[in-house]
Amino acid sequence: MVPQDLHYTKDHEWVRLSGDEATVGITKFAADQLGDIVFVELPVVGKTLAAAATFGVVESVKAVSDLFSPLSGEVTEVNPTLAGQPELVNSDPFGAGWMLKLKVSDAGELAALLDPAAYDQLIAEA
Amino acid sequence: MTEPAAEATVHSSPLAERHQALGAKMTTFGGWQMPLQYAGIIEEHLAVRERAGLFDLSHMGELFVEGPDAAAALSSALVSDPSKLAVGRAQYSMICAANGGILDDLIVYRLADERFLVVANAGNAPLVSDLLAQRVEPFRAILDDGSLATALCAVQGPRSIEIVTPLTGLDLAAIRYYGIAEGNVAGIPAMVARTGYTGEDGFEIFVETARAGELWDALWAAGQPAGMAPVGLGARDTLRLEAGMPLYGNDLDPSVNPYEANLGRVVGLDKPDDFVGRDALRRIAEAGPTRLLVGLTMTGRGIARHGYPVYAGERATGVVTSGTLSPTLGRAIALAYVAPGDAEPGTIVEVEIRAARVAAEVVPLPFYRRPR
Repeated sequence: MVPQDLHYTKDHEWVRLSGDEATVGITKFAADQLGDIVFVELPVVGKTLAAAATFGVVESVKAVSDLFSPLSGEVTEVNPTLAGQPELVNSDPFGAGWMLKLKVSDAGELAALLDPAAYDQLIAEA
Repeated sequence: MTEPAAEATVHSSPLAERHQALGAKMTTFGGWQMPLQYAGIIEEHLAVRERAGLFDLSHMGELFVEGPDAAAALSSALVSDPSKLAVGRAQYSMICAANGGILDDLIVYRLADERFLVVANAGNAPLVSDLLAQRVEPFRAILDDGSLATALCAVQGPRSIEIVTPLTGLDLAAIRYYGIAEGNVAGIPAMVARTGYTGEDGFEIFVETARAGELWDALWAAGQPAGMAPVGLGARDTLRLEAGMPLYGNDLDPSVNPYEANLGRVVGLDKPDDFVGRDALRRIAEAGPTRLLVGLTMTGRGIARHGYPVYAGERATGVVTSGTLSPTLGRAIALAYVAPGDAEPGTIVEVEIRAARVAAEVVPLPFYRRPR
């Protein structure tokens, strides 16, 4: 079971919404699939992201994967710890491995995301 | 021709159930379903550097060439000169096209005066088998493709010899690097070679496919006290890259000739026998290669990957063919082809990573050399 208080994308990002602030990361399923994560590239604070736009990359030893923004908004913070400890994405993907915070510009976009049950279903079929 | 032979079926390893029981993540490679990783690439990689790792290499192609003219036949088929090998010795070799392009890189073992084992990469094995059959045809020699009938397990790492020794009557210490001997391992008739693709000491053990499970189980049990880990293709790739060894399909392909790949030492231009590719390779050797394979370490932040462009100033100089974060060194490393003028160690270049230029330095190979 994935955390029940989050929203999910089909590309395996998660969102935790608090007021108009969204915290974004990738799911444990995604981190497990990628394997040892050794590099995370994140946008600069102040950048405006559109929903479904790429906001960075995550690299395992073996491969490079794009990261997609679940919602539209302005980047207010990126996780400063990941530059030195990208492995936090593996060890604590829903916690210390968070990637960025957004000031959400259209909360209506939440409706397009998956709820925990739908995301559980998605990964069960993967 | 450039495609690894398209095969309708994907072969599964005789050890598939064991990999599943160990929780392996599987991948398709060279027409085989093989373990990509077990506990994780970094952990497996470091186990091989520090202790030992057990590899299933059943996907590799085993091609036997035998007959009174087997040595001459191979000398005509390959760029090296296997007739110079003593029985029980091996050499790194390549099979080239008439234009000098590399069709596969190989290890040739001399098992007897008139019997050789050629080990080919999985994806190329069907092609190499066909080519060798054609090229040895004029000689008193035959090709026997033992790829499916032969399984291969490798134990690699500094503790390899202590792990394998109790399982065999062979004097392993007497098998030197690039040597091979026949004997029993865990009661199974085997060929034991002191070769590998990791930059560590270790053994590659060939047995008949039907007995692969027995061999794996015996090696597994013997390795546990030494902290041996099962190792997948993911860590095999990072280990070989640190050791500066090219990977066919990444760093070598039919558009690359041995001189570009810094493998000119393997080409026996002056051997007595003519061989496929000789005229082209002689011309290339005289003119000098137009690009060279080099090692890069990233000095800026980022990881170079296969296909990323390389620049010297504003001038495009080449392309990355392999790249990863080196688990041993903790830095991003890569192999790349660059213009010969940019190939000297110490040269500063830039790799284009997602539209940004990131600084890198040409360094001598290998990236990692084991302590002796």
